[in-house]
Amino acid sequence: MKVLVPVKRVVDANVKVRVSADNTKVETANLKMAINPFCEIAVEEAVRLKEAGIATEVVVVSIGPKVVQEQIRTSMALGADRGIQIETDAELVPLSLAKILKAVQEKENAEIVMFGKQSIDGDNNQTGQMFAALTGMPQATFASEVKIENNQAIVTREVDGGLQTLSMPLPAVVTTDLRLNEPRYAKLPDIMKAKRKPLEVIAVDDLGVALKEHQTVLKVNAPAAREAGVMVSSVEELVEKLQNEAKVI
Amino acid sequence: MAILVLAEHDNASLKLETAKTVAAANALPGDVHVLVVGHQAQAAAEAAKSLSGVTKVILLDDAAYDAQLAENVSKAVLDIASDYDYILATATTTGKDVLPRVSALLDVAQISEVVEVVSEDTFVRPVYAGNAMATVQSHDAKKVMTVRASAFDAVANDGNAELVTLSSVIEASTKFVSQELTESERPELSSAGVIVSGGRGMGSGENFAILEQLADKLGAAVGASRAAVDAGFVPNDMQVGQTGKIVAPELYIAVGISGAIQHLAGMKDSKVIVAINKDPEAPIFQVADYGLEADLFKVLPELIEKL
Repeated sequence: MKVLVPVKRVVDANVKVRVSADNTKVETANLKMAINPFCEIAVEEAVRLKEAGIATEVVVVSIGPKVVQEQIRTSMALGADRGIQIETDAELVPLSLAKILKAVQEKENAEIVMFGKQSIDGDNNQTGQMFAALTGMPQATFASEVKIENNQAIVTREVDGGLQTLSMPLPAVVTTDLRLNEPRYAKLPDIMKAKRKPLEVIAVDDLGVALKEHQTVLKVNAPAAREAGVMVSSVEELVEKLQNEAKVI
Repeated sequence: MAILVLAEHDNASLKLETAKTVAAANALPGDVHVLVVGHQAQAAAEAAKSLSGVTKVILLDDAAYDAQLAENVSKAVLDIASDYDYILATATTTGKDVLPRVSALLDVAQISEVVEVVSEDTFVRPVYAGNAMATVQSHDAKKVMTVRASAFDAVANDGNAELVTLSSVIEASTKFVSQELTESERPELSSAGVIVSGGRGMGSGENFAILEQLADKLGAAVGASRAAVDAGFVPNDMQVGQTGKIVAPELYIAVGISGAIQHLAGMKDSKVIVAINKDPEAPIFQVADYGLEADLFKVLPELIEKL
């Protein structure tokens, strides 16, 4: 059984980003970049399925310019078998990414496509669901546990009121939530080995996918800053302020 | 043409989030219709009839929709999508699960977590964990979007919409197995006026009992940071943050929470923020209106006493 894992290169989760001076975009130049944390969880889960003897091959795919190869190599150091880069310089909306990934799936025929639930830059939370819709696959979003039994995926999902468990036939789409697993660190020998693993580069135009222009970002602003607060010295003072100044209790 | 709002409900009752999403819909041009897809969801549909600005409630009631699975609910929405210019859902786990499927089937780009309607085709949404606000103009003929409930005030219940029942049944290949819901007597996190949240500083799950006492004094909901959830102190549906729930109560009390970017993304639009932390350098103090540098185990009992 093959697992396909789309991964995204994003600004590292611990970096606080700034809006550009001309309010057109978020400044990302010279910032530390990393695999989107949810994609890392997806890679880890796929590798664990392989270690459990359920998956036979883990293929990682990333869409973007040449630099995304760094994240593909990192994924291979974590245990993925091979990588695919879909080369493009365009900033694409999730629907376009889903269309490109559908074309990749048509070549790869993976039984499980394991997405992160959202990327921490766009915060869209769309691509996995859109890919599932386009390919007609069932989906299990926000997964906190994945079991594969008798050609079915049995997935526990994190929903607003608690947890929900669904079962679905393969091929299926799973999007990972935080608590699915704890991703491992890449060991130095594995990083060296990852350099020799196959990485195929495909130009986006060679996939024959028709992409549309869906939206324009008119401007990007910094969020409204909060007024500086005060430090209080005692519980008494805090209660007094909340009652008489803020009037919230 | 018109605006379709996918109702947020648990079959038995309509959630307050729907009234907030209707508020966003009322800012758009056209009649507002609410679609209730579920099983034995008559009561939820009846409740939707009174939402201010709603002219029609469409009920699609069948056992096949009991768990509101993305696979068939999205197709049910698609069935009537041709009548609408806008399709909205709340950015809850259900809305986020279903709506991107609707969007892809319609071949339009979804706009997620809208916090402001600027005009009929332009919307504001947060990106990068709320560290930037993007104003996005959609060129798609149909606008499909999820609405961040905490950014809108619920509409009043002075409406009187007609109720229409549809009977199309779409079976999903996905099957519901089980669910495990967290029992709580306290207000729901996403709609509470006051929230008391604990972080890693709480030390253990048992220590959350003291936060619960404070919450009961204030009629508050109890939340948590990702660190507290990951440490196993409390269940994950209590998590406030970029990847948990986004809240904006009147009063948010953060106890033993450092204030990582991820957490701030979920609560920095609260009206008044109080931080109690023994580390004076904790980033939470930068967003707090009132900060108290102290050991939470000393000051919490005192605070409970004083209220």
